[in-house]
Amino acid sequence: MAELIWVYAEVVEGKITPTTLEILSKAAEVGTAEAILLGPAPDDAVKTLGDYGAGKIYRSPDPVFHDCLTLPAIKTIAGLIEKHHPELMLFASSYAGRDLAAALSVVLDSGAITDVGDFVLKDGRVEASIPALGGSYLNTTTLAGSGTKILLVRPKSFEPKARPQTASVEDVEAPSDPSVRKARVTDRVAVEQEGPDLEGARVIVAGGRGLREAEKFSLLRQLADLLGGAVAATRAVVDAGWVPYSLQVGQTGKTVKPDLYIACGISGAVQHLSGMKGSKTIIAINKDPEAPIFQVADLGVVGDVFKVVPQLIDDLKKRKGA
Amino acid sequence: MNIVVCAKVIPASSVTIEIDPNTKCMVRKGVAHELDPAAASALEEGLRLVEKQGGEVTVVTMGINEVTTGIRNALAMGANRAVHILDDALAGSDTLATARALAAAIKKESFDLVLCAAESSDSYSGIVPGQLAQLLGIAPLTFAKEITVEGKKITIKRQSESGYDVVEAELPALVAVASGINEPRYPQLKGIMAAKKKEIKQCKAADLGLKPEQVGSAGAREKVLSIGRPPVRQAGKIVTDEGEGGKQIADFLVELKVI
Repeated sequence: MAELIWVYAEVVEGKITPTTLEILSKAAEVGTAEAILLGPAPDDAVKTLGDYGAGKIYRSPDPVFHDCLTLPAIKTIAGLIEKHHPELMLFASSYAGRDLAAALSVVLDSGAITDVGDFVLKDGRVEASIPALGGSYLNTTTLAGSGTKILLVRPKSFEPKARPQTASVEDVEAPSDPSVRKARVTDRVAVEQEGPDLEGARVIVAGGRGLREAEKFSLLRQLADLLGGAVAATRAVVDAGWVPYSLQVGQTGKTVKPDLYIACGISGAVQHLSGMKGSKTIIAINKDPEAPIFQVADLGVVGDVFKVVPQLIDDLKKRKGA
Repeated sequence: MNIVVCAKVIPASSVTIEIDPNTKCMVRKGVAHELDPAAASALEEGLRLVEKQGGEVTVVTMGINEVTTGIRNALAMGANRAVHILDDALAGSDTLATARALAAAIKKESFDLVLCAAESSDSYSGIVPGQLAQLLGIAPLTFAKEITVEGKKITIKRQSESGYDVVEAELPALVAVASGINEPRYPQLKGIMAAKKKEIKQCKAADLGLKPEQVGSAGAREKVLSIGRPPVRQAGKIVTDEGEGGKQIADFLVELKVI
């Protein structure tokens, strides 16, 4: 019998996240996939999860799961795991996913594997591939012990694949214990997004510290517009407050795999490489010939960003005009 | 208010981190270490809170002898004292074994707030804060971009996919700070001098009531089976800009059929 694999279905901004569907697809491919869906969710959530391979969904629409961070979900999921003993419990490497995996690894005394890029499951034993230290190593890791194994999976590790079926739904109760209300979300503030969506962009033009000041990002926006792409940034640049966090690519921030990634003034810290190394083609412009970014670049130009990029923009404009 | 800051000390940023093929752990012995900049941000938040409200900041860390430089740095920044969990038996700890040791040390302190980095800058697993909060039985306020404390109530702005959430809880609580929350101070000469007189309390796993099978590689659930290198990306073409760099990129884009 196929092994039982559970996936935590995450809802962000009223939608099942793409990473949930990626992980669910993988789970359905290697075992019997079931999903846990807690808190308010869109009307078609159950159908969507079924479409991507969930045979069964444990469901509670109780708002407590939305209002008290991960605390109620920890209790509910731990209870379900103790009852049904799935082989694997999979989470996305997201804010909620990390906190849930962390707490459950304590409750179940199971430990957890983070940053999983791929995994195999054989006779109750899991072997996960972890791109460590920004992808300079590829480690194989397992979890000792006989209980449910917890894995945190990196976004974009698997292709979402539809395999339509109708999922059965089992209602679960929300915990009433007051201890799950220790933390309360009192407000949600959306920061305005600029430009096209990073995760779906085919072309990304990204900037790092080498741009020296926030205003210089307009140069990258011009280039991105010409290529029909989106603008991204490194953590250092986001931390400096030059651009919003929504543009951050890296270990923290978004994982992207565009057809083309143009890195401008980016040295290529481990933090950043983890989030963009999977890009199909990488072009890097940096004044330091030793910058690690050149090790992953298909074309590297050692030079001044403020000379190379304007020339590129002019050239593209000419070609477009011609 | 009394604050415990979990401060990881990591191989210095100038060091290329290697993995030892035998132990399958990062090579730390004999390597220059420094206070993780992410931990320095957590400490900075702690120092600002006690400067406003009074109280003490205790730094708790776990690591080999080499991490002492980082602890001194934390004390020089202004932490009042430090606890250093130093024990060869801790080698090979995974996140859970690490969190267990830190939690055991924190429980020996009186605290209203535990601060740590959302993730370390060497291993980036990002789950030790959540494990710690669970072990200590306090609210996990993770990915904080801003912290406010009023009496017994703590409020944070928590990074979200689309912006931030405002989250509140009662103390004691754990807050994991997101990178960029502040610009940590540099230790001043006075602080460096004062740090020499501050106490670094060393303790072993047994002092914290931990059994040998709970810590180090014996206590780790996570086992690295093999370390390898990913398939090598085919080496690209590297050119030096001699006035034609932008055009060369444009040519390449034509080749790629992007334009």
